[in-house]
Order: sequence, then structure tokens, then C-alpha cells
Amino acid sequence: MSDPVIEAIDVAKVLGHGPAEVHALKGISLAIKGGELALLMGPSGSGKTTLLSILGCMLTPTSGTVRVRGRSTEGATPEDLARLRRDNVGFVFQTYHLFPTLNATDNVRLALDLREEHVKGAVARAKDALARVGLSHKMRSYPRELSSGEQQRVAIARAIVADASVILADEPTAALDGENGRAIMTILSTVARDTARGVLVVTHDPRLLPFADRIVHLEDGRIVREEHTATHAQSRAQAAEQSE
Amino acid sequence: MPLILKLAFRNLIHDRLRFIATLIGIVVSIVLVTVQLGLYLGFERMVTTMIDHASADLWIVPQGTKCFEDPSLLDARKQFRARAVDGVAETAAVVLGFADWRMPGGSITPVFVVGSDLRSRGLLPWNLVEGDVEALATPNAIAVDRSYFRTLGITGLDASAEIRRQRVRVVAATNGIRSFTMTPYVFMSIDRARAYIGISPDEATYILVRLAPGADPRAVRRQLLANMSDVEVLTSSEFRGRSRSFWLFGTGAGAALLGGALLGLTVGTVIVALTLYSNTKEHLIEFATSRAMGSSSRYIHKVIICQALISAAIGFCIAKVIDDAIVTMTASSPLPIIITSNLTVSLFVLTILMCIASATAAIMKVTRIDPVIVFAR
Repeated sequence: MSDPVIEAIDVAKVLGHGPAEVHALKGISLAIKGGELALLMGPSGSGKTTLLSILGCMLTPTSGTVRVRGRSTEGATPEDLARLRRDNVGFVFQTYHLFPTLNATDNVRLALDLREEHVKGAVARAKDALARVGLSHKMRSYPRELSSGEQQRVAIARAIVADASVILADEPTAALDGENGRAIMTILSTVARDTARGVLVVTHDPRLLPFADRIVHLEDGRIVREEHTATHAQSRAQAAEQSE
Repeated sequence: MPLILKLAFRNLIHDRLRFIATLIGIVVSIVLVTVQLGLYLGFERMVTTMIDHASADLWIVPQGTKCFEDPSLLDARKQFRARAVDGVAETAAVVLGFADWRMPGGSITPVFVVGSDLRSRGLLPWNLVEGDVEALATPNAIAVDRSYFRTLGITGLDASAEIRRQRVRVVAATNGIRSFTMTPYVFMSIDRARAYIGISPDEATYILVRLAPGADPRAVRRQLLANMSDVEVLTSSEFRGRSRSFWLFGTGAGAALLGGALLGLTVGTVIVALTLYSNTKEHLIEFATSRAMGSSSRYIHKVIICQALISAAIGFCIAKVIDDAIVTMTASSPLPIIITSNLTVSLFVLTILMCIASATAAIMKVTRIDPVIVFAR
């Protein structure tokens, strides 16, 4: 594993005002390194999504620092943050959030179009990304024509097509059956083999544990436990074998 | 096709019913604006059609004349003083006025008499389709537009009727010389016109002045004004402007037409704004996803603007087909709708601007979008 691709240093986040004020994060420090697949686990309301939003540069912390590839986000404008996301972060959402009006290739191509990578080269890269998630035969299909597992694979292709440094996945298997869930995690763990790319997965699903290099437990806005799975490579291989 | 254009188009046609509503809004608005402005242009042209076809560089008109149809009179002998001015090549007196036309059956309708000196080509009928101008020199001869035959109770050439209880005979017919007042123009010699209107041989409505080649109109005008009292000297362009100003704005007709156009534009803007806004609201989660993926605000604004432009282009094309049909249908009406190429270009630009303005609310909506909502859904 290499240097952190993204890190939170003593990050706190207060949501709401007055009586509705909630201390969602209380001094979190977490770094995701290249070549690492980390799971972020915890009960509902523990602050997982808030932490994911802050690491993904969508939300600014009340205090503390976020660094993306070593660059602090402090003082960044919304447009600066959007640029940081575009250049460094790929998202995978629980409900996929594919564009219903675009086919699979165009959904993936959109991530490149946002970076002003247009037409031919972009189409080839989008098709390549879809091939990497095993959807060569569904490139022209619209989201409504795809199964849940296939839609999530398109979402992963969209997240990886622009060579993001970090993939942030929010409950990527929550809406999938066991088989599809394993297939998705196999793809994400394959992505994390690249030492330039880290993957952070927010999940409640214990079936994902074998895929993790590290498991971070969050409770009441604090990291309460971290587990480094020393045999992660072996676990991943086994998990991959099972999914096959 | 660029992805941004594809995304905009697909977003639009995703809900076909709403897209049709958007197009109807644009089409109704543009057709309404075109009809109002086309009527305005048609009205403007009809108001000045006599001035446009008169053979004059300068008009000597009674002091305070408001428009071509103004019945004020001046001393016709002033044309002799006008001829003495350096730079004046020729003058012609013109007589105008309302008179009663008695049809062969006995019923009466008003007509607008236009009398001119036949030798000096002052204001003679044009677009003749039957007969000739020279025939107007014969006794009781008149020329009328064939579109008024039925109104005047006549069938064609050689038909007879009475003006001011004096017999008239149709010796020439024109095509397309129509009056916006619905009162038919009747052309004749100046002497007959004086008799029918009931004014003395020394009176006229206008004196038309033709300049000698190379003469300076401003210098001639100064000299004419110095030699005459109680008159104004106008160029054809000034007289046109005065007539237009009187009929279009003095009577409120033009303001009503422009007001109608403005109303059409407002209705169109509101309809397009509402449909674009609701379209944007429906696709909000996609715009939030784009934002989460790192899209710039500009990219999202471009998608919405593209939606507006696609709607504008399709809506304008449909409206153009309808407008062309309306122009054809009204071509022979008393007040034809005129659509010039300049008006077409202006309307296209107006459609684009209207649709872009309509996109403002939708753009404001997405500008406030919080990408974090993608985790909540």
C-alpha cells in the first residue's frame, strides 16, 4: 500500500442549529491508502454517511482537515470542491443513481464528459470500463433494461472510468442479493489492487468482511475500533473464488 | 452527438406530454406575437400606402396635418409660388375627402375620393388590372379596386353609380389598393374630385413637389416655407412617420397590437418557464448526481440551456409553418399580416431569448442543489 489518497484529520461536523443541533462527527481521523479496500461500519446514525460526504468533498467539516492526494480542502469554494471530486473521487451509491435517459455507455461516458473528455476517446474508455465490470454485452442497454446487479456494475464503471484516486461506495450491496453483492465486491476489490487507488465502502453487511483490508467501526460520531485484516489478500482471493 | 445535447434532448422527451405542453406554449406564444407584429407591419404599410405610391419628393400640407387622410385644405394657388422656387421641377395638387357613394340599387356607402391632376402624375392609381389611367380623363370616369366591387354594388368596368348625386362610371380597376379604414378609395381627376367633395377649384388637400435633379431638398424646403404661410413642408419619409405615428399611436391601435405581442411573449415565457422548471425538478436527483460526480455548475446550466434551445428551435419551426399559413390566408384581407425576413429573424432571436429567460428559474433551482441528497435517496 502507498500514501493516503484521501484523509480526514480530526474532523468534526455539527449538523443543524439550536435545539436541533447534532454532533454527527467528533474528531475523526481516517486515511485511505492506495491499494486498500476499507469498510466503514456502524449502526444507523453513527455518522457513516456524514463522514463519506466529507471525505467525498460534498460537505465541509465544522473543524478539522480533509486532504485529497495531499491537498487540503480548507477554504475551497463549491466549484473547487466539485473539481476535486471530478478529478479524484468516484462514487457508487446504494440506489445507483444512473441517468434513466442515457444508455449504459453514455452513463459511464458522462463521468468523462464532465471532465471535458468528449466523443471518440471517451466512448472507447467508457466501453472499456463496462468491459472491466463484465458488461460488454449491455453497453447499449438503458437502466430500466438492466438488473439491479447490472445497474450497480454500470455505476462502478462510471466511478472508475476517469481513474479516480478513491472510490467511495455507500451501501453498494444493500439492494442486491448475495450473489450480486459478492460480484460487486469482487469488482471493487479488484479496483483496490491498483496501488494508486483506494476504496472505502460504507456497509452494514457482514458478508463483505472477507473483502476488506481494514474495517473501521464508527459509533456516535467516533471511530471506536479498527481492524486490520492481515490476510486480506488471501480473503479477497477466496471471496473472488466463491463469487466465481 | 455531444453528450450534453443528447442528455438535454432525452430529458425533454422523457416525459412526452410535458414536452408537447412546452412546445404548445412556445408555438402559441410565437404565433400570437407574429400575428400581432405582422398586423402591426401590415397596418403600418397600409397607413402609408398612398404616400409610398405618390410621385413626390416634398409634400406641402396644411399646418397641423396629422395624417394622410386629414381633410384639412390649403390654397391650391400656392403651387404656382412653389414652382417659382429654385430646385422645384414640378408640382401637382391632390384632393382628398369623404363622399357618399350611391349604389345602382339606391343604398349608400361612404368612399374616400382621391383626385389628382392627370397630366402631372400626382397620385394616380397603380396596379391596374383593367382599363388605363388615361381613361380617367373621360367625363365622370373613376377607378376603384376590384376587391371593393361588391361593397360598391358594381360588377366591373363600365358599371355606373352616383357620388354626391352625380353619375360616375368605372373605367379602370386596380388590385390590392385597400384601405385599412374599410372605406374604398375612388380615384379620379382633380376637377371631378372637387365637385364630388364639394370644394372650390382653388382648394386642395396637398401639393406634391418633385425636385429637379441635384436639388437640395433642405434648401428647397427652406425656400418654400419662406414663400408660404399656414403650411408645412414634409419629405415623404417625414409624412410617412407622421401618418404612422397618428394611426398607430395616436389612436392606440399600434399600442394595442404591441401590447398583444407583449402579452403573447409573457404567456409563452411563463409556460416554458413552468415546464422547464418542472422538468428540472423531476431530474433533480440526476443533476445532484452530476454535481456529486464533480460536474461544474456551468455544465448543469448548459444542459438546461440546451433543453431551452431545443424547445425553442422545434417550437419556432412549428410556429413558422402556422405563421406562413396565416399569411397566405390573410393576403387578400383588408388588413393582411405581413412577415418580412427581418421579422422572421427577429422572432427566432426572440424565441431563443424567451426560452433562455424561461430557463432562469430552473437554473436557480439547480444552482441551490446540494449534492449530498444523493446519499439520502
